[in-house]
Amino acid sequence: MKKQSMERKSRTSTDRGKRKNREFAVVTYFFVGMFMMMMGYFAYFQVFLSEDFINSPYNTRQNTFAEHVVRGEVRSADGKTLAQTIVGGDGGETRYYPYGPMFAHAVGYDSNGKSGIESFGNFSLLRSHAFFLEQVLNGIQNQKNQGDNIVSTLNYSLQETAYQALGDRRGAVVVLEPSTGKILAMVSKPDFDPNTIKAEWDRIISDTDSENSVLVNRATQGLYPPGSTFKILTTLEYIKEHPDYQSYSYECTGSIGMEHTEIHCYGNAVHGVEDLETSFAKSCNTSYANIGLGLDKKAFKQLCSNMLFQKDLPIQYPSNRSSFVLKESSNTDEVTQTAIGQGETLVTPMHMAMVTSAIANNGVLMRPYVIDHTENYKGVEVKSYKPSQYGSLLTEEEAAKLQKFMSMVVSEGTGSKLNGQSYQAAGKTGSAEFSSNKSESHAWFTGYASMEGKGTVAITVIVEKGGAGSSVAVPIAKQVFDRYFNQS
Amino acid sequence: MVHLITELSKYTMIILFALYTWQCFFALKKSVDAEEQAWKFKKQVVYMYLFHLNAYAVLFLSTKNLDLVKFYLWQVAFFLAVQICYGIFYKRVSKLVVNNMCMLMCIGFVALTRLSYKHAVKQFVIAAISVAVTMFIPYFISRWKFVRGLTWMYALAGITMLGVVAVLGAVSHGAKLSFSVAGVTVQPSEFIKIIFVFFVASMFYESTEFVQVAKATIVAALHVVILVLSKDLGTGFIFFVAYMVMLYVATRKLYYFAGGMLCGAAASVAAYFLFNHVRVRVVAWQDPLAVFEREGNQVSNSLFAIGTGGWFGMGLNQGMPYKIPEVKQDFIFSAIAEELGGIFAICLILVCVSCLLMFLNIAMQMQDFFYKLVALGLGVIYGFQIFLSIGGDIKFIPSTGVTLPLVSYGGSSLLSTMIIFAVIQGLYLMRERGEAEVPKKPVKKKRRQKTQDSERGGRGPQALEDGGQELAAQVRGIVQENRMEENGDRELAAQVRGIVQENRMEENGDRELAAQVRGIVQESRMEENGDRELAAQVRGILKEGQQRQRKRPGRVGKEGGVLSHEETIHGTKIQDFDR
Repeated sequence: MKKQSMERKSRTSTDRGKRKNREFAVVTYFFVGMFMMMMGYFAYFQVFLSEDFINSPYNTRQNTFAEHVVRGEVRSADGKTLAQTIVGGDGGETRYYPYGPMFAHAVGYDSNGKSGIESFGNFSLLRSHAFFLEQVLNGIQNQKNQGDNIVSTLNYSLQETAYQALGDRRGAVVVLEPSTGKILAMVSKPDFDPNTIKAEWDRIISDTDSENSVLVNRATQGLYPPGSTFKILTTLEYIKEHPDYQSYSYECTGSIGMEHTEIHCYGNAVHGVEDLETSFAKSCNTSYANIGLGLDKKAFKQLCSNMLFQKDLPIQYPSNRSSFVLKESSNTDEVTQTAIGQGETLVTPMHMAMVTSAIANNGVLMRPYVIDHTENYKGVEVKSYKPSQYGSLLTEEEAAKLQKFMSMVVSEGTGSKLNGQSYQAAGKTGSAEFSSNKSESHAWFTGYASMEGKGTVAITVIVEKGGAGSSVAVPIAKQVFDRYFNQS
Repeated sequence: MVHLITELSKYTMIILFALYTWQCFFALKKSVDAEEQAWKFKKQVVYMYLFHLNAYAVLFLSTKNLDLVKFYLWQVAFFLAVQICYGIFYKRVSKLVVNNMCMLMCIGFVALTRLSYKHAVKQFVIAAISVAVTMFIPYFISRWKFVRGLTWMYALAGITMLGVVAVLGAVSHGAKLSFSVAGVTVQPSEFIKIIFVFFVASMFYESTEFVQVAKATIVAALHVVILVLSKDLGTGFIFFVAYMVMLYVATRKLYYFAGGMLCGAAASVAAYFLFNHVRVRVVAWQDPLAVFEREGNQVSNSLFAIGTGGWFGMGLNQGMPYKIPEVKQDFIFSAIAEELGGIFAICLILVCVSCLLMFLNIAMQMQDFFYKLVALGLGVIYGFQIFLSIGGDIKFIPSTGVTLPLVSYGGSSLLSTMIIFAVIQGLYLMRERGEAEVPKKPVKKKRRQKTQDSERGGRGPQALEDGGQELAAQVRGIVQENRMEENGDRELAAQVRGIVQENRMEENGDRELAAQVRGIVQESRMEENGDRELAAQVRGILKEGQQRQRKRPGRVGKEGGVLSHEETIHGTKIQDFDR
């Protein structure tokens, strides 16, 4: 097309020529612009978003990754290898867990499905960020690339301590770092040996005895009545409703009668005149039954909802929801039972650990996480996971008050076995009845400890059918605390 | 060995296609020499054949399916036939468009063969038939002028077919897209698109008065509404945008466009609240993983595929594209990105963009307003569909259920896209022949074709053929035509005739000039400038033409004092708008 009109002297024609295609040019630029943006987004997705997006359990392509990549290792924070793939002479691969059952639930297993870190870290373990050219060469030579390693937040020595402390008993131990949300240890018994799980699989899943549910991670999925540990929440509700809680006074005579039930203090103790702090420290059931009667049920329910009841816990492990079912229409029996942590209320150990963490961290719950970072097989960091806040479960003032109460438990109450250590401990014991057999109870302890210069660590222990929290659960916590604060 | 070839092919196929794409744009920029130009296009064809061979070699090696060998050879024959036919009969068309058309179909065949051999064969058969059928279109387009006047026939045909779609249509995937006739599934909306463009173009060719605009808008709105109600949101959107753009360009009034866009935005918001199927798509766009089970399934899988493929792809036959629903149709881009790589996918987008640019280029170069609008409309339809299709696949925009032309599986889409391409090629032919009114004798046509190589380095000296007689004849022809078409402007006719006489001796003949005269005549009819001005302009042009013919006709523009920063295509320039 010759630009004759461009050379025209006549203005109108030039205008016409100029105008003639201006709109076309605008349209052209517009379309080109749209496509450039689209291509830009494509590139942006590939570079920044794709790794996270395809790391979804819905992405079935992950199964084929194993054909090109040797699965990476899972390591503890203190450098121990918790899971690794050993390549045999014939090219066959075996997944080996050096510590066997100790990390069975935390790290998980890899055959017949996946669980634990092996499950939600699956993608990272099957990705290789080896140097690009190396990957190309491997591809051409039909060799597998070496997958990335996961460095977890798990602390080997704490896990070992908790594991040994729980011994042959059933139950769970969860250790968290309240300021970051790091899961330092997670033990659940009964357990299994992930090294032999493939061989044992049929036996395990056909075992209908619910006592032998080895695959269940009791830390996150075990639902138990909280027992007296629930008094933390009852106390919190009371404080919220009664700013003058300091003036609370009650005389415990060892029992209190309701419509159909009678509530006794543990071991038929009689506590005498108590204020709120003493009630909490001594875990006085009658006092708390009394408190429970005066609470606003609706507000209580709202509080528990804020405290993650009826919710999926914000963690990577699958969890069961704790339940709190008090209603406006609940009668006094139900109210008082609930106030002391019995009734229909159910919690998981991880849930209690999170509540405790929030209290220890001035009301702010940090989201628990177990993968600290991933690195390629040469040690170059690939992706790092930062602590993130879940939110404030309670205000700073409320947390401070509860901290005081929980310290009293150790200094004057049922947690006295933790008294007088180099660290300051606080917490709440529990002995939760779970059946009509009143002499059997689960032993609970949930609490935290801190020492100048060494930070704070939170723990929740439950021993199924352990008996009294103060005598069974607290010593386990003590061992873990000792190990945490005394290791250099 | 097989693995080695498959693995290496990942890289060779990308390189070949990247080279091809580079030529698409490089060929636009600096073509000075006709020979160099021709050589570039030949190189493109070579890259295409090499890629084709490479891809089928990999497919054959990994599937060991002997049928593939036969299929491959048929395809080679097909592409050769296309290239040869266009080379012989239509030397003046845009070679780049022919190459791109072949390349896109080639990629389509490769991808479909990988996904489903049966479908690939069906696609191929339809492609062959479509090419055969549409081979005649460029010729007819350049000759059939009466298409401009068939305004209301277009509208009627369009609405009737749409009505049939809406009422009888088979409900496929929640959208009433198609109906079956004698076992063959037809998607009428694909063909209505073309009819619609012709309709709008002829409406605005007649006049751009407000009344006319209103009438056209009503018909357009009717089309869009029927499509939206049939849940074919993507096509409705395409119609809407095409109409808006044509309206803007035809009337030059920004407020029409702005007003239209506002209405469109308002309508979209209303649709969001009214229609569940709109909400569902938006939800799936925002967080597809959250609704993975139902609405987000397609987009999630598409992104899994694209993300897992990375920049270099998994390798042909190594990925899992079949996990994506509708992968042969709407989401074929994702399958290509997964196996052939992100780089390949970006090149694919670029090739489509280059086609679009060629469409818009011819729109700019055409003098005749009707054909300008047609080219523009078809270009927008093609380009916007690509944008919607790929954009939806990568979650840039919500998925709208449209396919990728020439690549996706779908006979109606393939045929209608070929028609669009053929029409565009017809316009390229017209440009080369100067949009002459008087039908040329075949002898002359052959001569003209022989005088220039098919790669159109630009108008060489050979283009200065006939003398002033031709110009005069053409102008007279114009005059006659105008007298018939318009409401009789004797004065105009007389003046033009006078000018012709005045300049007969001075002219060395310039078809281009004649075309311009004609264009100005038409345009002035629409703009209603005074005849005197027209006369002055015509005179001016003829005088200028006379001056310019003393020198060599400008191609690379420096002598003309004009420097375009736009692309040069075939040695001729896109009109520089800001002069």
